[in-house]
Amino acid sequence: MATKVLMEALSPTMTEGKVMKWLKHEGDQVHAGDTLAEVETDKAIMELSARGDGVLRQVVVPEGSTVEVGKLVAVIARPEEDISGIAAATGGQKPRPQPAEPKSPEPAEAPAAEAPGHRDTAARQLAPKAPPDTPKPEKPQPEPQRPVQPGERIKASPLARKVARDRGVDLAVMSGTGPGGRIVKRDLEGATAAPLTTHPSAPLRAGHAPRTAPGAVRDVPLSQIRKTIAKRLVQSLAPIPHFFLTSEIDMERAWDAREALNALGDEQRISFNDIVVKAVALALVQHPECNAWWQDDHIRYFSDVHLGMAVAVEEGLITPVIRNAEAKSLREIAIESRDLVERARARKLKPEEYTGSTFSVSNLGMFDIEQFTAVINPPEAGILAVGTMAPRPVAHDGELVLRRRMRVTMSCDHRVIDGATGARFLQTLKRMLENPLAMVW
Amino acid sequence: MANFDVIVVGGGPGGYVCAIRAAQLGLNTAVVERDKLGGVCVNVGCIPSKALLHSAYVANLVRHDAKDFGVEPGTVTLNFGTAIKHSRRVSEQNSKGVEFLMKKHKVTVIKGEGVLAAGRKVKVGNETHAAAKAVVLATGTRVKGIPQIGLEINQTTVISSDEALFLETVPKTLAIVGAGAVGTEFADIFSAFGTKVTLIEVLPRMLPIEDAESSATIARVFKKRGIDVLAGVKVKAATVGKNGVILELEVGGNAQKLEVEKVLMAAGRALNTQNVGLEAAGVTLDERGFVKVDQHLRTTAEGVYCIGDIAGPPMLAHKGSREGVHVAEVIAGQKPHPIRYDNIPSVTYCHPEVASIGLTEDQCKEQKLEYVVGRFNLSANGRARAANETEGFVKIIRDQKYGEILGAHIVASHASEMIHELAVARENEYTVEEIELAVHAHPTLSEAVAEAALDAMGRVIHG
Repeated sequence: MATKVLMEALSPTMTEGKVMKWLKHEGDQVHAGDTLAEVETDKAIMELSARGDGVLRQVVVPEGSTVEVGKLVAVIARPEEDISGIAAATGGQKPRPQPAEPKSPEPAEAPAAEAPGHRDTAARQLAPKAPPDTPKPEKPQPEPQRPVQPGERIKASPLARKVARDRGVDLAVMSGTGPGGRIVKRDLEGATAAPLTTHPSAPLRAGHAPRTAPGAVRDVPLSQIRKTIAKRLVQSLAPIPHFFLTSEIDMERAWDAREALNALGDEQRISFNDIVVKAVALALVQHPECNAWWQDDHIRYFSDVHLGMAVAVEEGLITPVIRNAEAKSLREIAIESRDLVERARARKLKPEEYTGSTFSVSNLGMFDIEQFTAVINPPEAGILAVGTMAPRPVAHDGELVLRRRMRVTMSCDHRVIDGATGARFLQTLKRMLENPLAMVW
Repeated sequence: MANFDVIVVGGGPGGYVCAIRAAQLGLNTAVVERDKLGGVCVNVGCIPSKALLHSAYVANLVRHDAKDFGVEPGTVTLNFGTAIKHSRRVSEQNSKGVEFLMKKHKVTVIKGEGVLAAGRKVKVGNETHAAAKAVVLATGTRVKGIPQIGLEINQTTVISSDEALFLETVPKTLAIVGAGAVGTEFADIFSAFGTKVTLIEVLPRMLPIEDAESSATIARVFKKRGIDVLAGVKVKAATVGKNGVILELEVGGNAQKLEVEKVLMAAGRALNTQNVGLEAAGVTLDERGFVKVDQHLRTTAEGVYCIGDIAGPPMLAHKGSREGVHVAEVIAGQKPHPIRYDNIPSVTYCHPEVASIGLTEDQCKEQKLEYVVGRFNLSANGRARAANETEGFVKIIRDQKYGEILGAHIVASHASEMIHELAVARENEYTVEEIELAVHAHPTLSEAVAEAALDAMGRVIHG
């Protein structure tokens, strides 16, 4: 009655997970529901729970190693039970070790021995040959499916498709646990069902080490979040016909408005970003043609504005979502965005808090970036890149004066938004920011 | 002593199906049965009662509806004994059929009472048989009375389905204790053959596990047919005489007496977990008395599996059969699709039939789900009108957001045949949209399913 502990899909897009820390150790008594380990998923650090009672007999995957979803990471069994057959039956797959030390460029250290092809072959040869009386895993055991390659048919139930479409989850990067690897509703629910752990990002620096010799190279393993960023962005820039529109906005009156609001003495201070978020949301309500998803065979337009807000975190970036930003007050937006940013940095966001946005805003003003272009977060059709606010000489009432100006650049998916459509949206946004009263009008 | 790979104890719908599947997978399999193959289902349950229900249907058709269809049968004579003969013939054919299947699949049938012993062994009489891979326990349930209130089954005035299925003549009056599927079906049978039936249920409505609308419809139909349905009524005590029984009932706080010729006990079944060697084999029971099993139906004893009624509810033949297939595949080292216990259809074969799958509307409310009900009444269905069987409806409860089918409830002359469209839909996570997208033949009762799905999307055509 041994229980195999398998790497579980703890977020909708997770295909592999890295064991950060074992909270239980070999020989420890465990009960169903106990947290066994902390696992770094593609977006956050989550808890891996025990699905059965017994003693943690064997830890298969050491801390710092990454394995695919569905692979064996440990074995729970009764103390006297023979578990020797289990690891072998599961295919003897090895976790990928993470180079903890900087690798010196010695030819002998070439990674050929751990080449993925080799590992996979070994796993496939062994996996199906489980002896008939080997105890079966407690959980319905999906054959871990590799994510779908471009152009391949995605196997998913109609219900799973609807849920995924609604939440903005990309089924192509998911593994299914239904018959024949079909993606079913449960696969999309696993993410929200798993409890989140409060965990500072302390162990994330595992791969960093001082330079030892001049000219040495440093191989830093990809964190899960970095891999997700890479995957998502390649999906964006390459296939999406982007074009860019830049507009310079006079921020004097927005400045005054912010000063006035903050002078009210409320504990909650308003930032320029909050004002921009609110203005973008309201402008999108007036221009729903920009508040849309490209869905390959159709375009979905939203009446609600769920605004993604790109936030830099230690290892990369994540876009928490302010839902129904159009309906929230500036103060509500300020409170919510502060909370989301804080929790994003602590990696405590729940999957539903960073998926489902209909449009995004990326702000690099605090880095003194004058203007830049941001990469669209598919299936959204647009993103607004916000530069720094700085005094610039402009002609005002026939005189050359210094005024606070801010440049925004909108990246548009030309399949959804045409030049004039995007321009009209920017015009509305500019009008709102240059006359903040328009927001309450 | 003979050696097998797998020994199945019990040859009912769980056990014999398990044995066939195990044999198909190349395992040397034996099944131990003390009585006839096919178990309660084939011999004193599902199958003979369906034969009697058909007799009941024909009786009602000929006596009441035939003339509307242009057939005037004249004087109608009902002969319950002949109906019983027909039902016995059907049972025997089916049991023989199971015997044939055992031979065909080279499953050894061991006659006698199987008793487990330690180490995957089964004793039958003086013989001990060993199973190299697994023993599967499938001993099922039997009828029971309520001796605490004087209603012990005496096989004459206080009977169970075991006796009811062999009666030569019908009683003039009959009280049925328990208005679940079994009680409701017998009420239908005996009422059709002229018995004055009182159907008693302690819970607030008959067919208590079905949707409240289904219960209400059948209660209304039964009342029209002259069956007294007493729901929310407790049997406090019984005085059992030679030619009759007096029941003391508590109806809404008031005491009432009911005198009947016979009482049919149809409230619950006793588990066959005694004298089968559970202790010796190391098999433990859970707090409700069912055999303790995990997700793959493994008991606490190494290599001993348990399926069917004694492995836990719902006590349904088709649930036991599916568990049998599942266990056989697990034993053979396969990874079967997990059994979805929330997707097992439930059917009561009274007239009209009641069938359901998934949640009732009350359960949706309790779980605070956001749902929409799609409904279609058979009175608007051409096929139902053609057969004068317009009593009933199809009700589909969909999740508001995604259209997931949370539950479906059908009351119709052929509800048992109509429910499977929804079972397939739910198993594959089709939503109401996919149900409706499939073209339904016209005219059929199943069109009502498609219409209910349309109604759930707010665009019913004929409603």
